Amino acid sequence: MTTMLEIKNLHAAVDGKEILKGIDLTVKAGEVHAIMGPNGSGKSTLAYVLAGRAGYEVTEGSVSYDGKDLLEMSADERARDGVFLGFQYPVELPGVNGMTFLRTAANAVRKHRGLKELDGIDFLKLLRQKASLLEMDDGLLKRAVNVGFSGGEKKRNEIAQMAVLDPHLMVLDETDSGLDIDALKVVSKGINALRGPDKATVLVTHYQRLLSYVEPDFVHILARGKIVASGGKELALELERDGYVNYVPEAA
Amino acid sequence: MAATTETQQALKDIGGDYKHGFVTDIEMDVAPKGLDEAVIRMISAKKLEPEWLLDWRLEAFRKWGKEEEPEWAKVHYPAIDFQDIHYYAAPKKKDGPKSLDEVDPELLETYAKLGIPLREQEVLAGVMGSPNIAVDAVFDSVSVATTYKKKLEEMGIIFGSFSEAVKTHPELIRKYLGSVVPVSDNFYATLNSAVFTDGTFVYVPKGVRCPMELSTYFRINTKETGQFERTLIIADEGSYVSYLEGCTAPMRDENQLHAAVVELIALDNAEIKYSTVQNWYPGDKNGKGGIYNFVTKRGACRGVNSKISWTQVETGSAITWKYPSCILQGDNSQGEFYSVAITNNMQQADTGTKMIHIGKNTRSRIISKGISAGRGQNTYRGLVRVMAGAENARNYTQCDSLLMGDKCGAHTVPYIEVKNPSAQIEHEATTSKISEDQLFYCLQRGLTQEEAVAMIVNGFCKEVMQNLPMEFAVEAQKLLGISLEGSVG
Ligand SMILES: Nc1ncnc2c1ncn2[C@@H]1O[C@H](COP(=O)(O)OP(=O)(O)O)[C@@H](O)[C@H]1O
Ligand SMILES: [Mg+2]
Repeated sequence: MTTMLEIKNLHAAVDGKEILKGIDLTVKAGEVHAIMGPNGSGKSTLAYVLAGRAGYEVTEGSVSYDGKDLLEMSADERARDGVFLGFQYPVELPGVNGMTFLRTAANAVRKHRGLKELDGIDFLKLLRQKASLLEMDDGLLKRAVNVGFSGGEKKRNEIAQMAVLDPHLMVLDETDSGLDIDALKVVSKGINALRGPDKATVLVTHYQRLLSYVEPDFVHILARGKIVASGGKELALELERDGYVNYVPEAA
Repeated sequence: MAATTETQQALKDIGGDYKHGFVTDIEMDVAPKGLDEAVIRMISAKKLEPEWLLDWRLEAFRKWGKEEEPEWAKVHYPAIDFQDIHYYAAPKKKDGPKSLDEVDPELLETYAKLGIPLREQEVLAGVMGSPNIAVDAVFDSVSVATTYKKKLEEMGIIFGSFSEAVKTHPELIRKYLGSVVPVSDNFYATLNSAVFTDGTFVYVPKGVRCPMELSTYFRINTKETGQFERTLIIADEGSYVSYLEGCTAPMRDENQLHAAVVELIALDNAEIKYSTVQNWYPGDKNGKGGIYNFVTKRGACRGVNSKISWTQVETGSAITWKYPSCILQGDNSQGEFYSVAITNNMQQADTGTKMIHIGKNTRSRIISKGISAGRGQNTYRGLVRVMAGAENARNYTQCDSLLMGDKCGAHTVPYIEVKNPSAQIEHEATTSKISEDQLFYCLQRGLTQEEAVAMIVNGFCKEVMQNLPMEFAVEAQKLLGISLEGSVG
C-alpha cells in the first residue's frame, strides 16, 4: 500500500508557544488511524497544521502528502488536492446558502481534478446520491451554513460536505463529540461509507465510543504534543478502562 | 497575532483592477469648459427645447449662484472648480440616431465591452426564458439608443431619452419635472436643473404592468466632463415598473463629477422598483482620480397604497453622496431602501435614505449594509420623519457594517423625528469583521481567498442582493468580489 501521509519530527507553535513537540506518524492508503488524548494535548493543533491554518507555525520537521511537500501548499490548495478537515467547531457563515457554498467548493475541487464543473441540476443529483448513501436528507443544505444548527446537525453537515467533496485524506476532529447515540450512528455510517483503498482517515477523538462504530487500524495516544503510545484498537479499550493515567500522570 | 500583519501586507497589493477603464475614441461635440448663461442656452438650443424649459434652466442657474456646496456629509475632497468642467459632450451626429443601425459602431462596441445587451438579439440570447430587458444607453451627455421601444409603445409605455420625451410628451414633463426634487432642493440638484443634458424618461399608463425590466446604462467617456443626467419615472394608477440603472466610467487621473437627479412618482396603487448597480471608476489605490457621485434621488408615493422600492449596490466612485428617499404621501403607501455600499482603498461613501411619513398607515423599511476595506470610509446617514398627520406610521431600520482590516471606518448616523405618538420606529445596528475562522473554513473547503471573501460578503449582503432582479444579481455578486479583491490577508 502506498503511503498517503508521512509526518516526521513535526514541531509547531501558536503565538510563539510550542504545542507540537516532535510528532512522527505514517498513514497508508486504506488505513484509519485514531488519535486520542486528553484535552489540551494538541490534537486540534495537529489537525490545523495538516490543513494549513494561518497562525499555526511549523518550526521543525516535515509532512509529505501523496509524495508532495504538504507544508509548501496553501490551505486552499491542500483542500482542492484532497485534504479534508472535519471541524471540531464548524463555523457559521450567515447569509451563505449551504448549497451555493458546497457547490462552489465541489467545483473548485473538481476543476483541480480536471473534472467538469457541475451546474445546479447536476450538483443536486450528486447531492441526492450522496445523501441517500448517508441516509441523510439535504434539508440542512438549504439553510445558511451552520447558522442555528444544533451541535449534532453541524457534525452531520461536515460529513455531508465530506461525502460531496470526496477527499483522499480525511482528518476528523472530534466529530463524535456532542452527539447522541443516534447521531453518532449516522455520522459513523457516513465515515465508514467513505472508507476506501485509496483513502485514508485520521480520526481525532477524546472518547473510545466512536471507535466501536468506526474500527481503526491503529490507535495513537497524543499527550503534551507528542505521540506517547501506538497500538491496535485494543489500546483504545485500555484507555476506556484506565483513562490516560498511564500516559499522562496528572490526568489520574 | 501574525494574521494582522498579513492583512496589512495584502492590503498593499490591491490594485486598480477596474474592468471598465477603457476610453472610446470617437468624434465628440464638446462645449467649452465653464458654466454661464450662454452655455445653458447652447445646451437648450442643441436640444431644440421649448422656451419654458430654457427659462426653468436659467432660473435654476440663478438660484445655484446663491447656494453653497453642502459640507455636512462625512466626505473630504479638494474644492471643485465648477468652471473647469465641460457641461456638454455628445458623439458627433447631425441628427439623433433613428435606429440602432445609425448608432456609431464604436459606441456599440463600447457597450458590448460593458456587457450591455444593447442589441435586441443579444438580449434574447442572454436571458433565455427570463423577462426581457429594454435598455436605454446614455453616453456622456446624450442618450444613444433605446431598445424594445416599439414593443413598449404598443402597451402605451413611454421609455426613452429625456430630450426626446421633451419633444413628444411635453405636457407630462412640464407637469412632473421638479415636482419631487424642486429646482433649489440642494446645490447639486440645482446645478443639475440648470445644465442637465439627457437621461431617461418613463411613463407607465394606468393599470399597465411593464412586462420587462427597463434599464439605462450611463457612461462617462470624455475627459473633464461632468455628467448631469435627469431621470423621471411616472407610474400611473395601478401600474408597475421595475427599472435598473448601471454606470461605468474610464480610468482617469483627474476626478470627474456626476450630479444626477432622479424623480419617481407613484400614483394610486402603483409600484416602482428602482435598482442601481453603481460601478463608476473609484480612483486608484492612493485616491487619485475617480468619480464624484453627488446624486439626488427621490420618489414620491403620491397615491394611496403606492410603493417605491430603492435597491442600490454602490461599489464604485471616489466619493458617493447619495440618499434615495421616499415621500410617503398617500395613505397606506410604502417606501423601501435596500443598500450595499462598499468602500475600499481611499473611497468615501456617505449614503442612506430619507423616509418622510405624511399619509396614514405609511410604512418604511431600511436595510443598509456597509462594507469598508483598505482606508475606505463608509457612513450610513438616514432620516425617518413622521409628520403629525401620519397616524400609525411604521419604520424598521437595520444598519449592518462589515469592517475588513483596521484602517477603514464605518459610521452610522440615524436621524429620527416623530411628531405623531402612534408611530412605531425600530432601529438596529451591528458592526462586525470577517473572522479568521470563517475565512479558514472556506479555504479548507477549497475556495480561494478571493472566493471566500466574496462568499462571506455576499452572505452579509444577502437581504439586499435578493431584491435585485435576477440578471442583475449575478453581476452584482461578481462586482462585490472584484471590488474587494485582495482586501483580506
Ligand atoms: N490560538 C491559540 N493560542 C494559544 N494557545 C493555543 C491556541 N490554540 C490552542 N492553544 C493551546 O494549545 C494546546 C493544545 O490545544 P488543542 O490543540 O486545541 O488541544 P486538543 O484539541 O487536544 O484539546 C492547549 O494548551 C491550548 O491551550
Ligand atoms: Mg481539540
